[in-house]
Amino acid sequence: MPIAYIQRTQERYAAFAPYKWAINTEAPWTPLAKPIRDCRLAVITSGGFYLPGQEPFVDNDTSFRVLPKDVNLSQLKIHHHGYRDADADRDPNCVFPMDRLRELEATGVIGELAGALSFVMVYSHRREIQERAPKMIAALKAMGAEAALCVPV
Amino acid sequence: MSSAWDITFAVKPPRAVFINFPLNHETGKAEDAPLQRRILLDAFKAFETLWAPGQILTLPYVWDPSDRGWEDKDFGPGFELYGTGESLQEGFGEKTLQRAGKTGA
Repeated sequence: MPIAYIQRTQERYAAFAPYKWAINTEAPWTPLAKPIRDCRLAVITSGGFYLPGQEPFVDNDTSFRVLPKDVNLSQLKIHHHGYRDADADRDPNCVFPMDRLRELEATGVIGELAGALSFVMVYSHRREIQERAPKMIAALKAMGAEAALCVPV
Repeated sequence: MSSAWDITFAVKPPRAVFINFPLNHETGKAEDAPLQRRILLDAFKAFETLWAPGQILTLPYVWDPSDRGWEDKDFGPGFELYGTGESLQEGFGEKTLQRAGKTGA
C-alpha cells in the first residue's frame, strides 16, 4: 500500500501548527498540443537545487532558481529543510534527471530541452499560488517551454 | 512525477504518474540509468495519452522485491528525515539548528 503521507506528516509534526494541505476538487487541463518529440520541455523541481554562485534558498521563501539545460549535476547544491539527500548526493538523476533528459533529447525522444526551475516548498499553498507561481509561469514562457515535467521531492 | 499518491490526489495536477518508491526517488534509483530512462519514457507516454484531468497513472515498478514492507517503516515516527549528503547541504531550517555546532552555520 502506498504511504499515507498526509496522515504521517500530521503525526510527525503534531507539536507544530497544522499545515493546511491543498485539497482541490478539480484538475486544470491544457491539452498537449503536439507529441513530446516535438516539444520544448522544461523541468520543475522542488528539490532545492542551486548552483555555486547562485543565492541559496532561505526558509519559507518563494524564490526559485533557473538552472541551464547543460547544468553539471556534480556541481549542484541542495538547500532543503527535510530531505534524504544521500541518494540524490550520489546521483541527482534519481530525482532531478537532467542527464537522462539530455540523452533523450539527443535521441529525439524529446524535441528540445529547455532549462529547469528549482525551488523549495513554502509552508503556505496560498503563497505558492499568489507569489511564486506567476513568476515561474513567466520564466517558463521566457524559456519558450511548451510542456513541463514536474518532479516534487 | 509522484511518489506520494495521497498528496497528488489532493492537489490534482493535470496529469501524473505514480511510482511507489520512497520520496526523493521519483525518477528512479540512484545510479540505475536504465531504470531512470524507462521511467521517463513511461512518463512521456502518459503525458501524451492521459485524457482525463487529474488522472494518476500508477507505473508498475517495485522498490525492493525482497522488502514488501518498507512502506510500514518509511516516514514514520522517529524516522530520520535528513540525509548524509552534508557536502551538498549547507544547512537549512531545522537542520541548521541541529547541526549548528558541526557546520558553523
